[in-house]
Amino acid sequence: MAQYIFLTLALLTVITALLMVFSKNPVHSVLYLILTFFAIAGQYVLLNAQFLAVVHIIVYAGAIMVLFLFVLMLLNLNEDSEPQKSSRWKIGAGITSGLLLVTLVGALKGSIQLQVPESSNPSVGLVENLGKVLFTDFVVPFEIAGILFLAAMVGAVMVGKRDLKV
Amino acid sequence: MTALLLLISAVVIQKMALILILFVVTLGIAAYSTYGERKVAAFMQDRLGPDRAGPFGILQPIADGIKMFTKEDFIPRESNRMLFILGPGIFIFVALMTSAVIPWGTVFTGFGLHVDLQVTDVNIGILYVMGFVSLGVYGIMIGGWASNNKYSLFGAIRASSQMISYELAMGLSIIAIVMLSGTLSLRGIAEGQAGAWWGIIPQWNIFVQPLGFLIFFVCALAETNRAPFDLPECETELVGGYHTEYSAMKLGFFLFAEYINMFVSSAVISTVYFGGYNFPGIDAGWLWGLMGPVVLFAKTFFFIFVFMWIRWTLPRFRYDQLMHLGWKVLIPLAILNMVLTGGGSLLFGQ
Repeated sequence: MAQYIFLTLALLTVITALLMVFSKNPVHSVLYLILTFFAIAGQYVLLNAQFLAVVHIIVYAGAIMVLFLFVLMLLNLNEDSEPQKSSRWKIGAGITSGLLLVTLVGALKGSIQLQVPESSNPSVGLVENLGKVLFTDFVVPFEIAGILFLAAMVGAVMVGKRDLKV
Repeated sequence: MTALLLLISAVVIQKMALILILFVVTLGIAAYSTYGERKVAAFMQDRLGPDRAGPFGILQPIADGIKMFTKEDFIPRESNRMLFILGPGIFIFVALMTSAVIPWGTVFTGFGLHVDLQVTDVNIGILYVMGFVSLGVYGIMIGGWASNNKYSLFGAIRASSQMISYELAMGLSIIAIVMLSGTLSLRGIAEGQAGAWWGIIPQWNIFVQPLGFLIFFVCALAETNRAPFDLPECETELVGGYHTEYSAMKLGFFLFAEYINMFVSSAVISTVYFGGYNFPGIDAGWLWGLMGPVVLFAKTFFFIFVFMWIRWTLPRFRYDQLMHLGWKVLIPLAILNMVLTGGGSLLFGQ
């Protein structure tokens, strides 16, 4: 049962991601990307990580993609207004992403030998355990990430200030 | 094996029935909220309000519904057809999804029955609500942009920036509640408010989180786009706001979803801050336990009334005032509330 759900979600992820890349209208692209995020959130739920799934939706679909949509709607980009790039750029982009694909496939090739720890505890992804792990085993990276966020916030406020007196 | 299947199917049927009841009740309450709103407005303006359709105008929502369905359904030629239709659909879908995690009553066990009046008790219930609140923007943005009308676009952008801004303060005020109750599940939050201090004052979160409640309530007003935060549909500047180009039942969906949002946020406020289905004396026997849903609905209706009361009392904000209130008043206050809650629970224990 879980396998069928996984396959459906995986198929949905790939299809919506491809549609995101191939659709001509940038607003459609953003909407397909949101669907992709939902499919990935579904995978998190399958892994018993409800907290991660909801946070994924809130942060990506609820905040970041709204800002994307904002910018696209204000600029109102479409096929006519978008400058046509020369084919040199397209070839360059094709080669670069092809190399990335080779790297990813190479990295995934060895994953068969990888020992996936079969978790006996189904509640491992629940918020209680996540919090415990974050504040014991990973407390230093967690705090560093917090400082990084604070720095980004202060930076955003500084950039946003119109007349900065130094 | 068959016993297990039977048990599972019994649970599934029970949940299906609950979802259906909840759906119908939500639509019914949203429909009669429109009637209630017009009656409240009439009372406040010393008028009579709707009184033609049936006794006291009680059939008015049905007449409105028939009118909405039979009007000409117009799609502008230059609009993005698919997204134009999708917009109101997403908006009402998101509005209806939120009520799934609200516990409507105590878990009833007895007579070989196990009745749980909650569609699903996910252990991150309050985050689920926040997630769907943050998705509510999409219906408005897609609808407003697809109309290909500058007033619609302005309305959509106002709505979404307002909703993003007030989500932050809302989330921060929820954190204080989570710190006190130690759980993200709405069932857990509701259960944590059972009982009374010194046998008189009910242990509701409002008495320990008055500031948090105020912030949450103001944010709920802003999230539902209700006056005084109804700038997205400000007639004097934007014709009709994001639904300027909409007609017939597509417009109906937008207007209807606002009332659904109002009902659901009232229910969430009642659950989080006013004890949910708890009331003094609920422990006095299982019969009183059955009163839980009635009490929760009474609290919810009271908050729907407060929403209307505020709408017909206060004038609309100016846009810079709205942003000032959201970013420079509510967010610092919410952080202060968080610090106070943390300090308080450290000093006085749980």
